[in-house]
Amino acid sequence: MPLLTPLEAEAFGLSLRIGAWSAGMSLPPALAVAWLLARGRFRGRTLLSAIVHLPLVLPPVVTGYALLLLFGRHGPIGAWLESWFGFTFAFRWTGAALAAGVMGFPLVVRALQLSIEAVEPGLEQAAATLGARPAMVFLTVTLPLILPGLLAGLLLGFAKSLGEFGATITFVSNIPGETRTLPIAIYTLLQVPGTDAAVLRLSALSVAVSVVAVFGSELVARRLRRRTAGA
Amino acid sequence: MSLSVDIGLSRPGFTLDVAFDSPGGVTALFGRSGAGKSTIAGLLAGLVKPDRGRILVDGEVLVDRSAGIFVPPHRRRIGSVFQDGRLFPHLTVRRNLLYGAWFAGQRASGKPLSDIVELLGIGPLLERRPATLSGGEKQRVAIGRALLMAPRLLVLDEPLAALDQPRKDEILPYLERLRDETRLPMVYVSHARDEVVRLADRLVVIEAGRVVSSGPIAEVSSRFDAATGAEPAAVLAVTVGAIDRAHGLATLDFAGGRLTVPAGRLVPGQPLRLQIRARDVAIAIGRPEGLSILNILPATILDMRDTGPTAVGLRLDCGGTVLVAEITRLSAEVLGLAPGRAVYALVKSVSFDRPAVE
Repeated sequence: MPLLTPLEAEAFGLSLRIGAWSAGMSLPPALAVAWLLARGRFRGRTLLSAIVHLPLVLPPVVTGYALLLLFGRHGPIGAWLESWFGFTFAFRWTGAALAAGVMGFPLVVRALQLSIEAVEPGLEQAAATLGARPAMVFLTVTLPLILPGLLAGLLLGFAKSLGEFGATITFVSNIPGETRTLPIAIYTLLQVPGTDAAVLRLSALSVAVSVVAVFGSELVARRLRRRTAGA
Repeated sequence: MSLSVDIGLSRPGFTLDVAFDSPGGVTALFGRSGAGKSTIAGLLAGLVKPDRGRILVDGEVLVDRSAGIFVPPHRRRIGSVFQDGRLFPHLTVRRNLLYGAWFAGQRASGKPLSDIVELLGIGPLLERRPATLSGGEKQRVAIGRALLMAPRLLVLDEPLAALDQPRKDEILPYLERLRDETRLPMVYVSHARDEVVRLADRLVVIEAGRVVSSGPIAEVSSRFDAATGAEPAAVLAVTVGAIDRAHGLATLDFAGGRLTVPAGRLVPGQPLRLQIRARDVAIAIGRPEGLSILNILPATILDMRDTGPTAVGLRLDCGGTVLVAEITRLSAEVLGLAPGRAVYALVKSVSFDRPAVE
């Protein structure tokens, strides 16, 4: 007997795909926001920080509903994307990735912001006096030094998206093969009597993937840190 | 090279308002910690923006607040060496050294890597990472990195302050070679008098955000001026003459005469800078006999001023070289000292700009 039924394997694969996309796509904006929060001196910095951290404290259902209003077929952004690019978030796996990305965003920003703040500004100043434009300073000094934090943030975002439930089911519903991720599949199975074994299997799988992601991020970060420390 | 600075800056609890010029060579910004010296270094590098004023290097305006000009650091071509080195921890020594050279690539490049590596003695370190270097090695690499960007001015902000004395003694000769071999104009920020005497041509004394004294080092350091915040001393450029092996002594020749000092590792013909502090000079009105002091120099009193409730400072002309002496007012009265009077300067001790004695 195979380890997973086709339906379960489908949910698992979908979760991995959505996790990878949500973490990957949220990285560039998260990097920009983290840099602004760590190094920026501007009015509205606190406001930006509050908005970024909002998904962390809002009920996920509310976040999902907000996404539905904005990115749904009739929402301002959703309608625009559909008419210009024929691109849809609503009730598709891309929408699930968006929801997961938004929910994981504060965690990714947090990890990046902390690692940017840990970069000695004196090093960036030294690079500037040596002739590096601000963009080059970022690429040659800041970015290599925050690489451990960047990978940690990436894996954290990925792990978080594997567990996302509320915003996803609110925004893109529960469509097998499209938006039914691991947690939603578990929830669906729980509605049906006599599925205890399947629920247990999928739960164990969730735990395993999360543990691997979190440990992996620690391991990679530690190895990179050792490299930059030069020991 | 010419440098012209006239800037002002206000921060809570601190005001900086300084103006000085430098025709080139090594200009030392000297003063206590917190006087504002490092802020000036930051202003020169472009890391700090002044509230008002101008900075010109070779006639090029780098900062002119009233004209709205502020050249960012990466376009200034001013090399900076910081107290804490600031080597890039993720790059090898070689790639640290070449970092600025890479951006300088297009313009007329300075010395090749091999020259700088030789000048600073950092050849064996090239493939190592900064974390494995000693403090002294880090600073030599930092100096090399700044040199390789082909700067038109090098700003050294307390480059030795974080090091212990043996490490300082390790680096100072390299800085001297740098001064003598590259002729690169430098601004050297320090609160350590011995470093400044050894390296600088001109001295700008900073206190509480203001210039209290500035000029050629021999002139500024010999002023009896409480504002300079430093003990007055004559700074002499001398050449090592004959060495008396039997007694272990060397003669040092300078414009005003000859000094005899312990030979240590001195070699004939070696140029030296030395310092004679005012309190190490005594005065006699006739040539003294039966004295153990070896160095007795004929001199003429230039001027005198009170330096305290009981003390008088004298500036002496010793064959064109200015010596300074500090004696009690009582002695001055008893001896009948006055400007123009011929006297003998008794030099009790000489401090070298480098450890001459083992």
